[in-house]
Amino acid sequence: MADLKRRTLDWLNERMGGEDIEAFLRHKRVPIHRHTIWYYLGGMALFLFMIQVLTGILLLMYYRPSANGAFESVQFIMTQVKFGWLIRSIHSWSANLMIFIVFVHMFSVFFMKAYRKPRELTWVSGMLLFFIVLAFGFSGYLLPWNTLAFFATKVGTDMAGFVPIIGNWIKVFLRGGNEVTGATLTRFFGFHVAVLPGIATLLLALHLLLVQKLGMSVPPGVEQKIKEGKEPNRSMPFFPNFLLRDIMGWYGALGVLGALAAIFPWELGTKANPFGSAPAGIHPEWYFLFMFQTLKFLPSKVFFIDGELLGLMLFGVVGALWVIIPFLDCKVGFSRVTHFFTGLGVFALGFIIVLSCLAIF
Amino acid sequence: MKDDRNPGKSVLHPEDAKVDPGRRWVNTLLGAGVVATVASFIYPAIRYVIPPPVSEASNLSVVAAKVGELKENAAKVFKFGSTPAILVRTPDGNYRAFTAVCTHLGCTVQYRSDSHEIWCPCHNGKYNLQGRNVSGPPPRPLAQYQVHIQGGDVVVVRNT
Repeated sequence: MADLKRRTLDWLNERMGGEDIEAFLRHKRVPIHRHTIWYYLGGMALFLFMIQVLTGILLLMYYRPSANGAFESVQFIMTQVKFGWLIRSIHSWSANLMIFIVFVHMFSVFFMKAYRKPRELTWVSGMLLFFIVLAFGFSGYLLPWNTLAFFATKVGTDMAGFVPIIGNWIKVFLRGGNEVTGATLTRFFGFHVAVLPGIATLLLALHLLLVQKLGMSVPPGVEQKIKEGKEPNRSMPFFPNFLLRDIMGWYGALGVLGALAAIFPWELGTKANPFGSAPAGIHPEWYFLFMFQTLKFLPSKVFFIDGELLGLMLFGVVGALWVIIPFLDCKVGFSRVTHFFTGLGVFALGFIIVLSCLAIF
Repeated sequence: MKDDRNPGKSVLHPEDAKVDPGRRWVNTLLGAGVVATVASFIYPAIRYVIPPPVSEASNLSVVAAKVGELKENAAKVFKFGSTPAILVRTPDGNYRAFTAVCTHLGCTVQYRSDSHEIWCPCHNGKYNLQGRNVSGPPPRPLAQYQVHIQGGDVVVVRNT
């Protein structure tokens, strides 16, 4: 057996240049210091994304993307198909966990200033992936065609209509018409299972390639201490040492997912009725709550501007600045400029947490 | 690789033989754990992709046509449970009903009024008006159903 394994590996090595791949894998080392724990988040997000791909493919086998069939097909998956409840619950739970992990990953990278030269593009590709993940969440939410999803999509796409000049065009493009109908469902299905996965795969490849090429960033504080000799410069190989630790984390995540899916199976709700009233207490998924709550606080007119437009502009501008932050915070070190950006991050995080809490309670 | 020279002496590769037996035991346990985990993922996935059985009544009775709807030497294909069936009115005016699923590769057959045959266009299979496979690749006759005239309806019945 062992002999056969070695011979197979030799055979593959000869043809595929295994040494090159091995060298590429071994090139990356993971620094060991008191913030090493944050390095696990990217791998965790990637793992949850893989779970999404696998369970998503399984759900595709029974799901029907039409206004007449969607709710019934999900109901069929939940009640008739063996382990269907498990697959769908894991898909939903894993989606939410992934978005949460991606949030934490983003903020940890932000506060550790890992976006500084030469990793600007890693940050930008990561931010684009973040928006793609939110789009996955928004489009996937509609697919069971239940009441909550229907109204969340109605409100969400209606907001796009406030964008100056092209707003109405975006709204009609997203909805596949003037209203949220079966045409919207088919469109969102297309986005969710074809367009977004395609873009996500390309961005993910770029993101991972950059991480592998540039290696892990050491926070400026730790870097300084290593330079001054106050802290030892320790690291471990990514492959296999860190990867094995990663896998331990993934194993744990699987346990959590299985437990969540079994104890709290994802609700289906009632079938959407386009001509029924919106139910009381309607709100978007938790990751959009801070925007939802901000819009609630904005008056309908601020000077001459629509409240919604103002909110949209606010989030648009802040989002765009957040993407290009490596180019703004280019004096990273211990300057006042960089402290200002750290403060900005604390404010953004606080804003998201406080507004989300206000929306929930 | 060197094991060939000392047959029976050691089945382990020299490098594997260096591994501590305790460590080997841990490796075996870890491997078993991984296999069990993978099995616990694959099993639900396999059960999931097998579609749940669609329960269909073994006794089925369908109104295939109205009396007088079909002329002599004509036929119609209708929905019979979850599969198509064919109701033939023979040139002498009798009704006969068969499954419309060709016994060769499952195409839906049709009636040829020119040759008085049931014909499958996919591979030129032919059945006579008793449903017998008389020409071409079909291996078996078409299953026949009972036909009753009830009031103004032509009712096709399957009892199993």
